[in-house]
Amino acid sequence: MKRRPLIAAAAMLPAIPLAVSLYASPARAADKTLTIGFTVSETGSLNVDSLAQLHGFELWRDDVNAAGGIKVGDDHYKIKFVSYDDQSQGGRVQQLYTRLIVQDHAPFLFSPYSSGLAATAAIISEQYGKIMLTEGAAESKTYELGNKYLFQMYTPADHYLTSALDVVKAKEPTGTIALVYSDDPFSKAVATAVRAQAAERGLKIVLDESYPPNQTDFSAIINKIVSSHADVLLGGGHYPDGATMARQIYDQKAPLKWITLLVAPDSPQFATLGPAAQGISTPSQWAPQVTYKPDFGPTPAAFAKAFTERFKIAPGYHAAGGYGGGLILQHAIEVAGSIDPAKVAAALDKTDATTLFGATKFSTDPKSHGLQIAHDMVLSQWQMKDGKLVKEVVWPLGAATAPAAYPLR
Amino acid sequence: MNGIIASILDGLLVGSVYGLAAMGLTLIWGVMNVINLTHGAIIVAGMFGVFLLATVLGVNAYASILPLVAASFVLGVGLYWVAVHRVIGQPPLMSLLSTFAVNLILIGLGTALWGTQLFNVTVTLPGLSLGRYTFPGTHIMAAVLAFVIAGLLYLFLHHTRLGKAVRAVANNREAAALVGIPTTWVLSLAFGLGVALACTAGALIATMFPFTVLSGSTYQVNSFVVTVLGGLGNPAGALLGGVALGLLEGLATPFMPVSWTSVIEFVLFVIVLIAFPRGLFNFRRS
Repeated sequence: MKRRPLIAAAAMLPAIPLAVSLYASPARAADKTLTIGFTVSETGSLNVDSLAQLHGFELWRDDVNAAGGIKVGDDHYKIKFVSYDDQSQGGRVQQLYTRLIVQDHAPFLFSPYSSGLAATAAIISEQYGKIMLTEGAAESKTYELGNKYLFQMYTPADHYLTSALDVVKAKEPTGTIALVYSDDPFSKAVATAVRAQAAERGLKIVLDESYPPNQTDFSAIINKIVSSHADVLLGGGHYPDGATMARQIYDQKAPLKWITLLVAPDSPQFATLGPAAQGISTPSQWAPQVTYKPDFGPTPAAFAKAFTERFKIAPGYHAAGGYGGGLILQHAIEVAGSIDPAKVAAALDKTDATTLFGATKFSTDPKSHGLQIAHDMVLSQWQMKDGKLVKEVVWPLGAATAPAAYPLR
Repeated sequence: MNGIIASILDGLLVGSVYGLAAMGLTLIWGVMNVINLTHGAIIVAGMFGVFLLATVLGVNAYASILPLVAASFVLGVGLYWVAVHRVIGQPPLMSLLSTFAVNLILIGLGTALWGTQLFNVTVTLPGLSLGRYTFPGTHIMAAVLAFVIAGLLYLFLHHTRLGKAVRAVANNREAAALVGIPTTWVLSLAFGLGVALACTAGALIATMFPFTVLSGSTYQVNSFVVTVLGGLGNPAGALLGGVALGLLEGLATPFMPVSWTSVIEFVLFVIVLIAFPRGLFNFRRS
């Protein structure tokens, strides 16, 4: 009998901290979370580039949350990511984006890395009417199929090798080109544009071939390039094939005067190829040395510094594109003053801004909704500086940090 | 130097390494009727082995092959006792499942540790330049070593007691047991040898091309094709089969888009299977 009051008192103890917390933190009621869903290629051949993009997303999320979250009217939304491993496979993307929408109820989506996977995710996101910002996806066809909620951050594939062709035209007007590219949607889109643009500039393509994306031995292809007597090589695909081709070109001493490969040379990892990397150029959505003046968010230099401090490696354009995508979505939500999809989509349609990533403006023509129409590419080349390999911006001349090294070696 | 000839010659060089890779598979298959599905994973292990020794520890890439051979032999014997011993003589599906499971474990471990990023072993070896075409020194060295190793294997199998015991067990396990050969011990040795061959092939491939954790699967498929071309259980045939495959690739590529090469390869492979079901190089048969 005597114990009862004691037990009753003990039972009430947990209620005290609860009561205190309810009264003591007025911000609790307004602390909301906004979920953004996407897949990452944690495994499979797109692993390197996809993880770089993820790091861009993560840095943005943490910067936003540290500043209190996205401001929507009087509320602040903290960003929460829900992500899965798509294993670099379209089939997995299909399943996982359905899951993100139906089970995880993510109101906003980022795309997976790569045009092929983003195209697959776009089918699902459009089916359910969800806004998706695509990063790491340059193929333009995806936006020509009639969509309402897709928004492309990257410069479309058609413009990828334009600056390389300009360099060739300037340095070797009668030069011949070998166009050797991976058989995937992005690289094929780039190649199609190259054929038209080379003809416009009076440059002749003497070898035009695609290889399977999982090709591991390029010796025979390189022999073909040598046999074609081409002066210039344009092409590649993503990281593994580009890096392997660069190495084998060096081993086989192919007499090329200029090599521009897609994607691979932009990764800081490319430098591990040593002498094989020297002179190779790549069109880049972004380089750490660019001098864009952002309307909001960090400057390119501040972003590069913060990224390097956190991830111990310099950021490439995949990371910058990831961070930029986050900034654009954040800005649209803040301008719309709401997380209602229709309002945010309208705000995205009206976006005409510059971030660390460069200019962003989306096409509102229903025939190409969401296509990126303002962002520019730079051409970077690996050059030897004081005995170390560094990536210099060589084109356009207005943004260049070093003259182009022609011939490359 | 003609482009076609350059392509053929390079095909022969790389083909020798395909042959070396296949020798491990065919030895195990021929001796104990086990299809070793860890073959690809072991090739990758060899690639990582040479990467760790050459790039991280600074050992010469070719000198690192010897310790790798020893280590992989021990690994192979261990693998035999863990995954294969109990499924010998069982229906073929058992050994397929068993080795496949080990393969998944190894690839999974590799991916967890290193992701699927590309690794590169830089080997500076002067190549041979003929006209506009250069044959990388690494390709030439790999082909030479492949033939040397094949020769050593031949000597082992045909001129040592242990080798003869291996051939005896391959020929008829029960008869071999009846004449006093410790068959289980011999089987584990043969498995270890097969694994060591696969690992060595991986090490040589790593000196030629950059690789990822997933690179083994291409060579595993190649090895199957080569094994069947050369005749099951015939290591010399495997080497020649590899060279034939390389020759085919080198011959086809100058004349057609690269993406068609594997189509042609496999069409011809099917034709060979129909016309020569025992393999192209099966000269003497039991």
